[in-house]
Amino acid sequence: MRRVKIIEEKFFIWLSAFMTYSLIAVLAFIILVIFIKGFGALNWDMVLKTPRGGYYYGGEGGVLNAIIGSLYIAVGATLIAIIIGVPAALYLNVQLIRYRRTQNTIRYFLDALWGIPSIVYGAFGFSLMIFFGMNASLLAGIITVALLIVPIMVRTFDEVLSTIPKGLHEASLALGSTRTETAFKVLFKQGFPGFITAVLLSFGRGIGDAASVLFTAGYTDNIPVNLDEPAATLPLAIFFQLGSPIPEVRDRAFASAIILTGIILTISIGARILSKRYSKTNLT
Amino acid sequence: MVFSMITILIIPFIIGVGLYLKAAPLFENQSLLKLIFSSSWAPSTGEFGFWPFITGSLYVTLLSFLFTAPVCLFAAIYLTQFSSPGLIRVMHPVIDVLAGLPSVIYGVWGILVIVPFVSDYAAPFFGTTSSGYSVLSGGIVLAVMCIPYTLNMLIEVFNTVPNGLKEASLSLGATMWESVKHVVIRGNYPGIISAYGLGIAKAFGETIAVMMVVGNMVKTSGNPFEAAYPLPALIANNYGEMLSIPMYDAALMFAAFLLFIIILMINLFFRYLIHKTKRQ
Repeated sequence: MRRVKIIEEKFFIWLSAFMTYSLIAVLAFIILVIFIKGFGALNWDMVLKTPRGGYYYGGEGGVLNAIIGSLYIAVGATLIAIIIGVPAALYLNVQLIRYRRTQNTIRYFLDALWGIPSIVYGAFGFSLMIFFGMNASLLAGIITVALLIVPIMVRTFDEVLSTIPKGLHEASLALGSTRTETAFKVLFKQGFPGFITAVLLSFGRGIGDAASVLFTAGYTDNIPVNLDEPAATLPLAIFFQLGSPIPEVRDRAFASAIILTGIILTISIGARILSKRYSKTNLT
Repeated sequence: MVFSMITILIIPFIIGVGLYLKAAPLFENQSLLKLIFSSSWAPSTGEFGFWPFITGSLYVTLLSFLFTAPVCLFAAIYLTQFSSPGLIRVMHPVIDVLAGLPSVIYGVWGILVIVPFVSDYAAPFFGTTSSGYSVLSGGIVLAVMCIPYTLNMLIEVFNTVPNGLKEASLSLGATMWESVKHVVIRGNYPGIISAYGLGIAKAFGETIAVMMVVGNMVKTSGNPFEAAYPLPALIANNYGEMLSIPMYDAALMFAAFLLFIIILMINLFFRYLIHKTKRQ
C-alpha cells in the first residue's frame, strides 16, 4: 500500500516537472525556429529601406514602412490609452476607495473586457470608420488599438496601485491635500513602476496585434506622414509576405518575424529591468 | 477622472450596440435561428448560414483545450507546490514572454513546424493524408498560445489555498501528492473551471494565428486532419470584398457580434466565479 503511494507520488511529481520544463523548451523552440529560418534573409536593407518596385516579387527593399507604421500606431494608441487609462485607474483607487463593492464590480468588468478578442475591436473600428466616412488610415488604426489596450492599461496599473498602503493615502489627505492632488502627486509617484509596466505591456500588445489593424489601418508601401493616410504594420507585413508563393518573399516574412520578436523581447526585458529599478528607489 | 472612467465603462456598450445596428439588416428577411443553424453559405445569393463556421470554431477550440488542460494543471501544481524559488524566478519571464508574443509569430511558427509535422508524421501515423493546414494544426497552435494565459490564472488560484489546510493533510500521514490531490485540486474546482473557461474564451476569439494554419475551407466534417473555417477567420478573410456584395457586411458584422456576445458572456460568468471564490 505504502509502496503504491510512493510510486504514485513520484510519478506525478515527475509528470508535473516534465510539463513545466516543456514550457521553457517550447518557448526556446519557437524563438530558435524563427531565428534560424529568418536569419538568412535578415540584413540592414530589411530594416532601413521601404519596399521598392517589384519588392513583392523578390525585388529590392525592406519593411521600414511597416516598422515605422507599427511604431506610430503603437505609440499613438499608448498615448491615448495613458490619457484615458491613468486617470481612470487613479479614480478607481482614490475616489472609490471607500466603496469596495463598486471597486470590485468595475475591476470585474474590466477583466471581462480584457478577454474580448481583437478581431471584434477591428470589426467595430471598421464600422465606426464607415459611419464617419473615413478611409482606412493611421488615425483609425490608432483609435482601434487604443480601445483594445485601455482595459489592459487600467487593470495593470490598478493592480499596483491597489497594493499601496492606505496609510500613505490617509497621511496625504491629513496634510490637507485634495483627493486629486493625492491621486496625481502621491499615488501616481508611488505607483510609478506599475505605470511603466502598464505602458510597456500595452505598447507590446499594440505593436503585435494584427486582427484589429487589418481592417482599420490599411496597408501601404510608403511611410505615412499624415493621420489620414493608410499605414503598414509589421504583423500584417509578415502575414502578407508569407502568403506569397515566391521563396525569397517568404524568407523575408521570417526575417520580419525576427524583427517583431526582437521588439517584443526588448520591451518585455525592458519592462522587467525598469520596474525593478524604480521599485528599488521607491521602497523607502 | 470621472470622464475617463465613464468612457471606459461605456465602450463595451457602444461596441455591442454598434455591431448590432450594423448587423440588423440581416434580420429583416431571415430569422436568427436560421442564420445560426443553417449551413448553406452563399453570399452572392444572400444566403448566410453560420453553422459551419460556428462548429469550426468550436472544434478548433475544443482540440486546443484538450492539449492545454493537462499541461496547465500539472505545470501550475508543480510551480505552486513542488518547485524551488529559483525555478519560479525563471518561469515568470518565460510565461510573460510566451503571453506577450504576437499571434502572427505563433502563426509563423505553426506554418514552419506544426503544419509539416501534421502532414508528414501525424496524418500518416493515423493512416490518412492531410495537407497539414487542418483543425489539428489550429488546435495545437492555439493550445500553445493559450497555455500562458490559463497557467497564470491557475497559479493565482492555487496560491490562495491556505497553507494550514495542506499541512493538516500532511500531518495526517498523507503524501505530498495526496494532499495536493485532495486539498489543492478538490478545494479549487470553481477556480480551475474558471481558468479553463477563460482560456477557452480566449481560444475562441483568436484570429490571425489560427487563420494561418487552419486551411479556411467551408466544411462540416468531423475529421481533425481536414481544413475548417472558424468564425474570426471568416471576418478577417473577407473584409475586402464585403462592401461589394449586398448584405455581406451585415453578415460579417453579425459574426463579430456573435463573437462579442459569446465571449463576453463566458468571461462575465467565469470572472464572477473567480471573484466569488476569492472573497471566501
